[in-house]
Amino acid sequence: MSMNQKELSEQIISMVGFNPRQCMKCGKCSATCPALEEMDIHPHHFASMVCEGRINELLESKTLFRCLSCFACVERCPRSVEPAKLIEAVRDCVIRAKGANFLSPDAVPGKLDPELPQQAITAAFRKYGK
Amino acid sequence: MTYSYFPGCTLKTKAKELDSYGRKAAEALGVTLEELDDWQCCGAVYPMAKDEIATKLSSVRALNSAKQKSQPLVTICSACHHVIKLVNNDMKNDENIALRANNYLGFDEPYKGETEVIHYLEMLRDKIGFDTIKQKVVNPLKGRKIAAYYGCMLLRPSKEMQFDDPENPTIMEDFIRAIGAEPVEYAFRNECCGGYMTMNDKSLAQKAAGKVVASAKLKGADEIITACPLCLYNLKQNTDGSLPVTFFTELLAEALGVK
Ligand code: SF4
Ligand code: SF4
Repeated sequence: MSMNQKELSEQIISMVGFNPRQCMKCGKCSATCPALEEMDIHPHHFASMVCEGRINELLESKTLFRCLSCFACVERCPRSVEPAKLIEAVRDCVIRAKGANFLSPDAVPGKLDPELPQQAITAAFRKYGK
Repeated sequence: MTYSYFPGCTLKTKAKELDSYGRKAAEALGVTLEELDDWQCCGAVYPMAKDEIATKLSSVRALNSAKQKSQPLVTICSACHHVIKLVNNDMKNDENIALRANNYLGFDEPYKGETEVIHYLEMLRDKIGFDTIKQKVVNPLKGRKIAAYYGCMLLRPSKEMQFDDPENPTIMEDFIRAIGAEPVEYAFRNECCGGYMTMNDKSLAQKAAGKVVASAKLKGADEIITACPLCLYNLKQNTDGSLPVTFFTELLAEALGVK
């Protein structure tokens, strides 16, 4: 990753289209998040770390691959900060790099069962690889 | 009434019943669903980043096809609906996305979000009306206690989806009443089932889906209905399987006597 932290933070803000500085740190997003316990960086903290430019830490975060994109945080944030979009933007920065796919096509056959809908596989590829 | 119809990949494969019962019921209600020619997979999840263009193109193609026919575009799968509706909003409101998508696609006339995107349930509520449906029911599902599972994608983000009150929706309960059954309201009807996490971390999907089913059971539901193939999967396969889960179109077809 050649960009510096400030540039990366600006890139993420341009990808989401809003300024996370609007966050008032109320914690509603984390309170409503169904994946909270599985995350190392919680949605409200994630938003403030983007503001602080601590992107390198976010790039390594487990949270990127624990968010369910359920939009609960987006819906319930009183300040239109939309943590799910920040998480997706940082995840995009990771998986857009060549060779950085989180889900390899080779791993898919082992995850299939007769009932699994196609939608799950397509969604996982969209979320975890480019 | 004739509408353009986008079935989506999963309705052609694992969720055939969601599609086939939806078509049969529409016919019984005097509605013609015209499947779009050459539609492509919507991608199942909405690409949130403003600089994602390629992943939105299949939705724009579908939207433009419906525009050519001057018909509203009907979806049934919650995920297709969510993706196509949000992309439509982008084409209407985000100049940069609209410009780049249109430059790529090169339609005769740029697509600017003209198509009305409606979910099948919205078609029932807003175009046909639940009262009319009630009159056409020949086999009311009397005595059945049904929990409506909304999940995430139909409702959120509500500013853009405009589907129903995101915290206290009523459309599916009204639907259940229209087909003669008794709706069961429960706390987790608009919380996440675990979604695609079943591919990455089954235990997280099991935790989320388990909460939904337990919450519905606690309120005395005997069965659950949904509009989403992945919700159906999670609620059935990632729980103890104690409540039957079916697609809402199947119950509609049953009530209309065309199952
Ligand atoms: S809900 Fe919104 S305002 Fe509150 S902490 Fe989360 S991002 Fe910040
Ligand atoms: S979208 Fe992600 S971060 Fe937001 S509430 Fe859902 S799981 Fe949590």
